[in-house]
Amino acid sequence: MSPIETAETAPEPASKIELPAHVGGGGEIPTFDVTLRVRRYNPEVSEDFVWEDYELTMYGTDRVLDALHKIKWEHDGSLSFRRSCAHGVCGSDAMRINGRNRLACKTLLKDLDTKKPITVEAIKGLPVEKDLIVDMEPFFQSYREIMPFLINKGHEPTRERLQSAEERARFDDTTKCILCAACTSSCPVFWTDGQYFGPAAIVNAHRFIFDSRDDAGDMRLEILNDKEGVWRCRTTFNCTEACPRGIQVTQAISEVKQAILSRQV
Amino acid sequence: MWSWVGHRITGVVIFFFLLVHVLDTSLVRVSPEAYTAVIGAYKNPVMGLGEAGLVAAIVFHAFNGLRIVAIDFWKKGNKYQARLLWSVLILWVVVMVPFLIRHLSIVFGGH
Repeated sequence: MSPIETAETAPEPASKIELPAHVGGGGEIPTFDVTLRVRRYNPEVSEDFVWEDYELTMYGTDRVLDALHKIKWEHDGSLSFRRSCAHGVCGSDAMRINGRNRLACKTLLKDLDTKKPITVEAIKGLPVEKDLIVDMEPFFQSYREIMPFLINKGHEPTRERLQSAEERARFDDTTKCILCAACTSSCPVFWTDGQYFGPAAIVNAHRFIFDSRDDAGDMRLEILNDKEGVWRCRTTFNCTEACPRGIQVTQAISEVKQAILSRQV
Repeated sequence: MWSWVGHRITGVVIFFFLLVHVLDTSLVRVSPEAYTAVIGAYKNPVMGLGEAGLVAAIVFHAFNGLRIVAIDFWKKGNKYQARLLWSVLILWVVVMVPFLIRHLSIVFGGH
């Protein structure tokens, strides 16, 4: 019997790898009941915020975002929240979960205490528009002010602007920012003083200030040497703890402070 | 964040103490008798506990102030800020326990 004939007659295997019955079987993911306590706000109905509880049966692999989807799709279609990629890259779904700023798409329900209701509210310090959606304009206003783009005074090169690995490593940490606002809206200084640039704007300024290819570092330092600039930072480390990308935000702010002190006029 | 809240609160407490302290000390210029009367009024257990609280606030504020200086000027300060906070709290206990034993035995022991 030739190999070709074997392939035709033998049944196609279900999987290339034979797994025992108890591994990888569908429907084997444990489920549990959880209460999601969402802080709702609808200015068309009432000016008051109301906490609403939702009882859900969720899987062990589910995230807070899945629970929010379940509410919106199966319980209450009026629930509003932002999300785009749902995989921790776009930075749309930063919210305050159990009193801490996190991305709903990166927070597994099983990592939270599911015995107690899980509280979900909009991030603080920015005006709430509806439910979990806030007006991000003040946040992006600060971001634009620090000029988050390459400024190079030399001639436009015909090939890449070269940089050594060390020069690139200098600002590697701050390139990870996804502009989710978890840091800025966790900052107690920003809560009470909305004029403060906030950690995210400083992180993005840091990304260009310490880039060897950029020529506008002094201009950015001048902008951040403002009353509402880096000196508003009281090193509470809330931003560093909140950052879903693990950026050492307070460290970056300290480096900008040092740069202002050492280089400036 | 709570180290910052504690720093703020102890800072305000110390400010109010200094305010009163400047006022009562300047009384000596006005009338030494009035000064003696005011200082005498402080010698009771309630003020004794107040003094203990004041020292607790100053010790925390002092050590945490050094921690903040380290965060601002020491390169690894940011990395080790949590450990520095624990050091502050341990130093606070180390200083406060002997002080409280001595101080409270004077306040309540009647010499």
